[in-house]
Amino acid sequence: MSQDIGQPAGARRWRAGGARLSRETRGGIAAVLLLLIAIIFPLVITDQVATQIGVDTMLFVAATVAWNLFSGFTGYISLGAAVFFGTGAYTVGIAAQDWHITGNMEFALLPLAALAAGVVAVPFGLIALRVRRHTFVVITIAIFFIFQLMAFNLHITGGSVGISAPFLTWAPETFNIPFYYMALALAAGVAVLSWLIRGSRFGLQLRAIRDDEDRARGLGVRALRVKLVAFVISGVVIGLVGALWFFFIGQVLPQYGFDPLFDLSVALMAFFGGFGTLWGPILGALILEPGQQYLTLQVSNSYASELIWGSLFLLVILFLPRGVVPMAGEKAMAWRARRERRRAGQPAAARPASAGTADAALPGRPTGASTPGGRSTR
Amino acid sequence: MGRELYRAIVDGILYGGVYALMAVGLTLIFGVLDIINIAQGILVVLAAYLSYVLSVHLHLELFLGLLITIPVMFLVGVAIQVLFMRRLRGRERTSMSLLASYAVMIIIEGILYLAFGPDYVQLNASYVTSSVHVLGFYLPYIYLYGFGLAVALVAALYLMLYRTTFGRSLRATMQDQTAARLVGIDINRVAALAFGIGVAVTAVGGMVFGATNAFNPNSGYDLISRLLAIIILGGMGSIGGALAAALFMSVTEAIVDIWSPTWSVVVFYAALVVVLTFRPQGLFGHREARAQ
Repeated sequence: MSQDIGQPAGARRWRAGGARLSRETRGGIAAVLLLLIAIIFPLVITDQVATQIGVDTMLFVAATVAWNLFSGFTGYISLGAAVFFGTGAYTVGIAAQDWHITGNMEFALLPLAALAAGVVAVPFGLIALRVRRHTFVVITIAIFFIFQLMAFNLHITGGSVGISAPFLTWAPETFNIPFYYMALALAAGVAVLSWLIRGSRFGLQLRAIRDDEDRARGLGVRALRVKLVAFVISGVVIGLVGALWFFFIGQVLPQYGFDPLFDLSVALMAFFGGFGTLWGPILGALILEPGQQYLTLQVSNSYASELIWGSLFLLVILFLPRGVVPMAGEKAMAWRARRERRRAGQPAAARPASAGTADAALPGRPTGASTPGGRSTR
Repeated sequence: MGRELYRAIVDGILYGGVYALMAVGLTLIFGVLDIINIAQGILVVLAAYLSYVLSVHLHLELFLGLLITIPVMFLVGVAIQVLFMRRLRGRERTSMSLLASYAVMIIIEGILYLAFGPDYVQLNASYVTSSVHVLGFYLPYIYLYGFGLAVALVAALYLMLYRTTFGRSLRATMQDQTAARLVGIDINRVAALAFGIGVAVTAVGGMVFGATNAFNPNSGYDLISRLLAIIILGGMGSIGGALAAALFMSVTEAIVDIWSPTWSVVVFYAALVVVLTFRPQGLFGHREARAQ
């Protein structure tokens, strides 16, 4: 699970050996650097295709971090994120249409998108969060399809014609820039929120639910309420992402507002980076979204790019099931531990201890009984 | 009004039989392996395309073609289990298997798009278009044949599960993997065969689906969401539940369809949400045991 709770023995030894900066400080420096790069990016690279990919990427960073804030922290994998995305997009679209809002005034509607997504999230959560594991996943899919069908069939959503956004009279050369910074602000904001929650009592309750919900309840965690709050927060942010995306694209159609591939992409990005970690969803989205956009640009055949995307997804799940960030961290720690031992003149006999972060049980830590092939899941 | 209602019920039951067959495959896979095979929908479409190729290019009779497509789909299922699903380990296995089979679905969809393009096709045969007059209803032959075949196959599956040694080891694995392994059951073999059988039934489902609906590679989404709704409503892993839920869903949809075709599908999912609000474990399911 988390890296801070159960540090593999190698890491502890390494830190005691010669680390000057604490983990938090290093993380903070990395975050500030990353933010600076992200702020400078559109000033240096002004190509419109690049900035457009930048906007999409930042939107996906925000959505993935928000998804992870609920699903990653609690272990409840939701494949219904597009419900909030579409709700946000359609809410601002319908409001702008009905209230005859034009031009830049449309951005004043953003709080409405957050509100609508939150209002949708409460009954959605109350129904879905009563069940666990796979049943939960399937119910999120079912509710997602209800929303997609409603968007196709209801009168106010414009059916399969969809809804158009108010026209923005911005110069095409700089059109992407304000969207980029809005998306970046949202992404940075939700990342900070995620960090705050993770360190809080609330975050601890969420992770207790992930580890063992019944035990957490036994210890006095009000599981349904805690899960619901996280679910709503996550939904509100994804609703904002949907609204921004709608303003950016200028139109929403039912199959894009409520897109099963969105559900999947968000989950994939979080898994790729590291499910339930702080950095994982950020890096996952930063790597995969530009990758996918690039792939789509390079491979003119969209079906071939779908094929490549699916294969990549499968490879990640089979070989990097816990994501790039945790795996890379473990590899690095194992390497450092080995180096340190060599420096200390020890023979490399204690190999199992350095490699044994994932599949072998660490000494002194009880493994989860006797699940076939089970490993010590922290 | 009364006539229309009867008609809808008859249609619903006939069509529900085919859904029941596909859903039984899915629930069997879940029961034995604790895996939700999201790819089941696209596998139905794949089977439909196989039937299509056999009938258009080799001029093979649709029902004869099943002699080829059933073994092929069985092997596809075994391959998916051995190559991908078996590798998944650990506590998040069920969730990971969901994502893995979702990836398999996207890959198969991509392959089908590359091979056949996005145009809709439909299987054709003399009995697809002609109907028989029974008790004042015109029933297309394909619905009758499909229903008959589905009933026969579900009965065969049932006999296999409850009357053969393999069925016993399969049910034992469904109940408790560790105990099954202890009494000498080769779990890997049982798992591969169960996945193969669960996928093999899509050959029949795909043929009937392809003969009664125009389909393209995108049709898998609609199918899988219905199948998932059916097995959840029936109770995950319950074969009787899958049968009952398939018929219930199909009849409900046909009845609502009389008034509003666009809303009939929503009713399908809304029924699911309502049932789950009161019975989270589904109609015939058991409450989940405490997670380990």
